[in-house]
Amino acid sequence: MVSKIIKKILRLISLELAVCITVFVLITLSPIDPVQSYVGAGVAVSPEQRENIAEYWGLNSSLEDRFLSWGKSILKGDFGTSLIYRRPVISVIYEKFASSIALMGTAWILSSLIGYSLGIIMGVNQDKPLDRIIKSICILLSSTPTFWVGLLVLIVFSVNLGWFPIGLSVPSGILSSEVRLIDKIYHMILPALTLSLTSFAAVALHTREKVITVLESDYVLFAKARGESQMEIIQGHLIRNTIIPTITMQFASFSELFGGSVLVEQVFSYPGLGQAAVQAGLRSDIPLLLGIAIFSALFVFLGNFIADLVYGLVDPKIKEI
Amino acid sequence: MNGRIKLIFSIIATITIILIIALVGILMDEDVLKADFKIKNIEPCLEYPFGTDWMGRDMLARTVKGLSISIVIGLVASIVSAVMAVIIGTLAGTMPKWVDSILGWLIDLVMGIPHLVLLILISFAVGRGIKGVMIGIAVTHWTSLARLVRSEVLQIRNEFYIKLSKKLGKSNIYILKNHILPHLLPQFIIGLVLLFPHAILHEAAVTFLGFGLPPEVPAIGIILSESMKYLSAGKWHLALFPGLSLVAIVLLFEHIGSNIKKVLDPYNAQN
Repeated sequence: MVSKIIKKILRLISLELAVCITVFVLITLSPIDPVQSYVGAGVAVSPEQRENIAEYWGLNSSLEDRFLSWGKSILKGDFGTSLIYRRPVISVIYEKFASSIALMGTAWILSSLIGYSLGIIMGVNQDKPLDRIIKSICILLSSTPTFWVGLLVLIVFSVNLGWFPIGLSVPSGILSSEVRLIDKIYHMILPALTLSLTSFAAVALHTREKVITVLESDYVLFAKARGESQMEIIQGHLIRNTIIPTITMQFASFSELFGGSVLVEQVFSYPGLGQAAVQAGLRSDIPLLLGIAIFSALFVFLGNFIADLVYGLVDPKIKEI
Repeated sequence: MNGRIKLIFSIIATITIILIIALVGILMDEDVLKADFKIKNIEPCLEYPFGTDWMGRDMLARTVKGLSISIVIGLVASIVSAVMAVIIGTLAGTMPKWVDSILGWLIDLVMGIPHLVLLILISFAVGRGIKGVMIGIAVTHWTSLARLVRSEVLQIRNEFYIKLSKKLGKSNIYILKNHILPHLLPQFIIGLVLLFPHAILHEAAVTFLGFGLPPEVPAIGIILSESMKYLSAGKWHLALFPGLSLVAIVLLFEHIGSNIKKVLDPYNAQN
């Protein structure tokens, strides 16, 4: 078990290192001029100034040298300075990640609960009208673009009903120190709702399949023969045997969760990491883009790592190996 | 008429609908897409079922044009992705174990960076535009199909007829060409069709974020991101119908995929 965990940690480190190399190479491939993006579009730069800036940033040295010096500084925790925010990248990511985690966490818990319950309901009522209706809704939702659901939610709840503000995660015209927690929660409701709406379908359909497999098993047949009621079967056999695959799947889906949050943050102008990633890409803020790519990959890898761990800890069959 | 023939007819009908939408969009007269301020901001009515926007452009025409662009991009990107998946999956399944572990690691790597972040990076790397979307979607979507192909190949590799073929002195290339690849064809077709919805949705998403197609092209992502500015003015129809059409196209592809799956599944032959 312990050697397995160490192996997984080593794999995680090797993958994270490969992510660093990949994103670095992708950025250097870009035809977008780093000097021009640093001084801002439309600003004229004389050849001498350009040479000075390139010299200052070390753009004239070789690719390996640049990668090594970049690698050394990120190992020290120095990801450079964001061009948009004019602050160290690490502090921007820290702040934005906190609000993204609040959003993604809420949506993640909501979608797990809704998805799991619906999955059980569908599986128990297999091929009955209730199952068919919920299944169709799930298939429909999984074919629907997240950002469009966001737009519909905005139209209904903000424009027509006027219950929620149209954008921003805090009320406007107030100092950031005066923003109350309740305001933050209020502004997070719609984005979190949208994100969970578009992500519970996958959990529900996955759970449905598992439930059907369990219900067809010999031990459930035996339980029925013993005269256990449906409630007893659900509590004693169904939930015990289906909850771990669902939890594992939810931890392994951090990539989709992050992608969804990028779109939702854009629609609701929610100031999280996703919106920062889009801004960094559009305005060529290379240090910030690199930092976000590395941290978002770490987030996904940690999710997969936890999924493996949960699986190994809880399932006795896997623990033995 | 048995169930299989019905299914085949249903598949052909769905493909025809998609082809018609694509052709109408591709062959569309550019004049229809032009702005005409005399008819701006019309709510959906009989003459303009999807309404018109703030520049007097017919939203139905723009939506169909956008869908045809999405279909073409989705088609190219899915074919490239599916071919990559079969090549990589087959290599992982047939080559020595170390090749398999390297490819497994590569799959983990591509899956590790969230899709949208990777799409933004690739779009940045190739200088944005349609090329960025195509390459981005093609190189990010092969992973799960490759895993599927790999496990399929591993299974076939140990079948008796393959071992027999080897004992009869057939070369590896012969076995690959005559025994393994034909077996993978159904997986390839189903995988290809089911990749399509993902490709279209991701294309719309990156375009919506501003990394995909240029703003003058009426792609669905562009239409929806433009509509955001007019939502608070009550122009709900600018967002509702184009998005709904996109969902309809995605569902049509899901429909084809699940029907092809049923047709190719021998257990269904009797029903």
